[in-house]
Amino acid sequence: MKLKQLGLGNLVKQAASKEGVCLDIGAFCVRVKSDEIIFLETLAFLYQDFPILPSDTFADFHIVITRPKGVRHYLKPQVIFVTDGQQPFEPFPLSHAFPLFEWGLNWCIARRSHQYLMLHAAVVEKNGKALILPALPGSGKSTLSAALAMNGWRFLSDEFTMIRPQDGKILPIPRPTPLKNASIQVIKGTFLNAEMGPLFPKTRKGTVAHLRPPKQSVEQLKEAVLPELLIFPKFQANTEIQLNLLNKPYVVFKLASNAFNYELMGRTGFELVKNMTSSCRCYNLTYSRFDQVLPLLDDLLMQNV
Amino acid sequence: MTIPANHVKKILINCLCFPETVKELTVSEWELLIRCARHCKLLAYLRWKLDSCGLIASVPAQVLTHFTAAQRIVDYRNRLAMWELNRIRRALYAKDVEVLVLKGGAYQLLQIPFAQSRLLADIDILVKKSDIHTVETCLQQQGWQTAKLDEYDQQYYRTWMHEVPPLRHQERFIEVDLHHTILPLSSRLQPSPELLIEDSIVVENIAYKVFSPVDMILHSSVHLFYDAELNGADFRDLVDLKELIAYFQPQQEFFFEILLDRAKQLTLQRPLYYTLYFIHNLLDAPIPEEYIEKNIGKPSWLTRKLMCYLVPLALIPEHPDFPRKKVALARWLLYVRSHFLRMPFYLLIPHLLRKSRMRMAGKEMH
Repeated sequence: MKLKQLGLGNLVKQAASKEGVCLDIGAFCVRVKSDEIIFLETLAFLYQDFPILPSDTFADFHIVITRPKGVRHYLKPQVIFVTDGQQPFEPFPLSHAFPLFEWGLNWCIARRSHQYLMLHAAVVEKNGKALILPALPGSGKSTLSAALAMNGWRFLSDEFTMIRPQDGKILPIPRPTPLKNASIQVIKGTFLNAEMGPLFPKTRKGTVAHLRPPKQSVEQLKEAVLPELLIFPKFQANTEIQLNLLNKPYVVFKLASNAFNYELMGRTGFELVKNMTSSCRCYNLTYSRFDQVLPLLDDLLMQNV
Repeated sequence: MTIPANHVKKILINCLCFPETVKELTVSEWELLIRCARHCKLLAYLRWKLDSCGLIASVPAQVLTHFTAAQRIVDYRNRLAMWELNRIRRALYAKDVEVLVLKGGAYQLLQIPFAQSRLLADIDILVKKSDIHTVETCLQQQGWQTAKLDEYDQQYYRTWMHEVPPLRHQERFIEVDLHHTILPLSSRLQPSPELLIEDSIVVENIAYKVFSPVDMILHSSVHLFYDAELNGADFRDLVDLKELIAYFQPQQEFFFEILLDRAKQLTLQRPLYYTLYFIHNLLDAPIPEEYIEKNIGKPSWLTRKLMCYLVPLALIPEHPDFPRKKVALARWLLYVRSHFLRMPFYLLIPHLLRKSRMRMAGKEMH
């Protein structure tokens, strides 16, 4: 059953129960418990196409979003993120419960999921071929992957590229994309069908709004895919689009330093990075406009090498 | 309905002690087991245990991914640790000092099977007190940095602790604890470091020494029952002790006699009593009753009753969703006990006052 079909009333009831709600996010199952309507409303909207699993399913992560005890429960209410009885972050203002959940879930994934090599990269797919966009925060990978997702590509993730060591395939986690500041208007203005959650002003990263992932991408959340293109994007206003082929040994270093857990994965990490680099076409990309970059990436994918 | 806390105790202890019971676990129980085992750093150990009993095929696929991830973390920490020991040896190359590796690092060097699944936090090494200045300075000159401490903590470490403030190499992430004995100088028990060093053994092909098997067990006992706070995170230490005894006992005739004799010589009968008692009673280790009962370190009736009530309550991990007040109380009492054992009253009161003041001010403590 999809979250949408559950309805807000049932979601509120189930999220408050001992078992919580088991949400299938692709590579993982997350058990969410909360008694905060404001959070559940946003969750219900942005995750509407995601499957709800029966409560006796094995969940990888346990997350509780609730108010701390004490006077702050009523006075300027705050909200906390609890996982397995631990509270790794300071409380957020109640209105920012959803960004706290998303941030905390990222933290859980990054800390624990060493069964996969985790690149700090957005990833999208077309014709069964994945395009990986590894980049540092601020380089525009979320915005670019959002634009690709709105333009016919299947969206797999804006943050984590999870590579399965057994077959080198990428597992999707097509969660909502947090767009920041100017990106929000850029996506809204360019893609009129883009649906976004509420605006969260004054977060650590400025104003944030989450883009709801395309329904089709969410429906394919169990379909792993092999990588074909590795592109290191950089948004630079008012520049001509530029695509440079990269030499492979250099890409190995770039990927190794980009991954969250390259060193931890040891030899497996090295083998994966090496194999992926040799099987993919690798480029540096500088862009400033969607009407240039989107056709270029479409063409690039179509080229047979 | 089962009481959540009893449920945790049942599945965690059953799976650790009677691994074949995993065959009967429901999906929800697997989930709870994984959460608890992760909390007490026993996830990779659990995998090792099931693997060595040929039970990996009974583990659901999704649970296996958590085991794989946990084992990778352990492998990584072990690699870091072995490299750190390599670097320390190199730094001390020209110095004529004897260096002993303690605890997890030692289990690694000796390649005790369970060590391959033991999550290693930091490197503990021990040198003679007369060498400590040489070693500390030598490491500092070659890139290791001393943790930044305020004057009180510095002073406290130097006067009362069994180690110097922790060192860490500027380019690496693993902490090195440099000891000259195994308990704080203010502690009620004062085992002689000379005796421990005297009996230490050389690890083949490596220029490090480690404690003898019985001393390793006594050290781990002292650490758990005289230096740790005995909360859920320390449960792992009890599992270590069970594994150490299971590994060393078959290798030596009259093992328990030797262990008890050595405890007497080092005045560590009491911590050994607790170890044998609790691994026998909580973890079902096959310890003949006589070695528990004839230990002259056996505490008085009242102390025994108290410890037998408090230790299991505090040490066994809690259900992550249903923490209990009586467990918090038991942990607090044992926390006070650990401080009381670590230092006499005239040191303890000002120290605890200061710690609570620092806590209120929200500052970092050790």
